[in-house]
Amino acid sequence: MYVLGIETSCDETGVAIYHPKQGLISHFLYSQIDMHSEYGGVVPELASRDHIRKLVPLIKQTLLDSHLSSRMIGGIAYTAGPGLMGALLVGAATARSLAWAWRVPAIAVHHMEGHLLAPMLEENAPQFPFVALLISGGHTLLVRVAGIGDYQLLGESLDDAAGEAFDKTAKLLGLGYPGGPKLSELARHGKPAFTFPRPMTDRPGLDFSFSGLKTFTLNTFNASEKSAQDKADIAEAFQTAVSETLVIKCRRALQQTGLARLVVAGGVSANKQIRAALTEMVLKEKADIYFPRPQFCTDNGAMIAYAGCQRLLAGQQQDLRIFARPRWPMGELSNCQ
Amino acid sequence: MKLLAVETATDACSAALSIEGAISERYELASKDHTQLILPMLDGLVNEAGLQPADLEGLAFGRGPGSFTGVRIATGIIQGLALGLDLLVVPVSTLAAIAQDYFDHHDENVAFVAMDARMGEIFWGVYQRDAKGFAQLMGEEAVTPPGLVEFPELSGVGLGTGWGVYQAALLERLGDQITHFESDHLPRARAIAALGQRGFDLGQAVPVEQAMPVYLRDKVAKKESER
Ligand SMILES: Nc1ncnc2c1ncn2[C@@H]1O[C@H](COP(=O)(O)OP(=O)(O)OP(=O)(O)O)[C@@H](O)[C@H]1O
Ligand SMILES: [Mg+2]
Repeated sequence: MYVLGIETSCDETGVAIYHPKQGLISHFLYSQIDMHSEYGGVVPELASRDHIRKLVPLIKQTLLDSHLSSRMIGGIAYTAGPGLMGALLVGAATARSLAWAWRVPAIAVHHMEGHLLAPMLEENAPQFPFVALLISGGHTLLVRVAGIGDYQLLGESLDDAAGEAFDKTAKLLGLGYPGGPKLSELARHGKPAFTFPRPMTDRPGLDFSFSGLKTFTLNTFNASEKSAQDKADIAEAFQTAVSETLVIKCRRALQQTGLARLVVAGGVSANKQIRAALTEMVLKEKADIYFPRPQFCTDNGAMIAYAGCQRLLAGQQQDLRIFARPRWPMGELSNCQ
Repeated sequence: MKLLAVETATDACSAALSIEGAISERYELASKDHTQLILPMLDGLVNEAGLQPADLEGLAFGRGPGSFTGVRIATGIIQGLALGLDLLVVPVSTLAAIAQDYFDHHDENVAFVAMDARMGEIFWGVYQRDAKGFAQLMGEEAVTPPGLVEFPELSGVGLGTGWGVYQAALLERLGDQITHFESDHLPRARAIAALGQRGFDLGQAVPVEQAMPVYLRDKVAKKESER
């Protein structure tokens, strides 16, 4: 079964076709980042307006590239949440009516399940069970994954998400939107001049907190001369603090669950320093680590096509209602086995 | 022709199927439940007529103005259908649909349509019945404060939610050109279907890439350089 996946939860329009045996057939992404950067962040109404302009052309392009006739598409998966309501609705309405037109099943996909399963698209895909660290713009989660839909939350951020902390710190340093990649680029020129706290690592538990780190960064920045080198040094110290915090919590999660596989996904998992630090840690723990390719760390249609395909194969599907849920706790997902 | 029409730009949610001009419709005042209702409505209409989606020959939708999200629900649905069934589309003004529905059921020839647009403004359009009975736009549609609306020197009925919220300002501006007003008229799919069929007859149908919303209010945020 060829499954068409559609992602419109935030500021990227993503479309892909996945087949359970043949793998990923075709995928395209349109990013709105250039538009939103003029506004200093995502403007939800503009995001929705852009999705509705870009989605159908992108679906056409993906179909054309796949060399499949539309009659061969056996199901449609769409991101139903969490995300921006207006943006989600564009993908959900279009996907659901397209499925009705083609007389194929439609499945609503949880965006974070998409991120979580993105490493499954790689040649070296992890086996269940594993520990997953999801670090994106809106989420920081540690999850024990026993199978598709079988998720046990181990820890989460009590305030800012990791990506959000990157973005806010970048804004503070005057780096523009989206800050994560820019901050990490700047950090390469930083010297180890400051030491930032590793929040919540001195006590047991697997929860995170990044807002204190943000405040610490702000105070350090204001006390500095704000020179280019200061900025680079602060970026370096911030990134190291986040990276070490993630390392400590992930090590703890592996030890606590007794599992030897760590999956890291979500936009922040594209960060090279974080990848390197986590890889070094799992080596010492004699565990294995799995990442999506950098392109599939951030939002994309491929992960939605993959996740939707698994659920369709398990016999799940949505009725004719257009399903969009801006807030949707992962724990409410149904088990697929 | 067999034409399917949807309208979700306001609190009203409706779908209509026109078969050689005979229109059947589903209509509900739904406020927030459009996403739950609209596809079952379409499915019901098509099934009842003994048709399959693939039997459809044309599409029409309320392209706005109206609730931004509501307009996009209709647009998204129609784009999905147009892509999936390889059909052309006629985007129809929601203001025209309000006027058309009134003309179809009353002896009035001119409608001053005002839809509440929040933020002290209305969506505004003046429509006149043409020789064939279709609502024809006079001038241009606009989003405007009610005290600044522009209009031709004709007399007719005031229609739409804008007349409920801003009757004083509108009456002051239009004076005795208004015979009376009715603020409870919402756009509905049977009028979208009628105007959609008309659009096909006039060769105004467009491919899916051009089936786009019309928001009228285009400035929705300030760039950092404008703050
Ligand atoms: N190299 C990088 N280093 C640090 N952060 C990064 C990097 N690349 C991307 N990010 C961050 O990843 C985030 C975007 O990731 P993603 O697209 O997965 O998040 P989202 O879809 O906005 O949020 P969510 O998936 O939680 O709804 C942004 O916060 C961005 O700054
Ligand atoms: Mg994401």
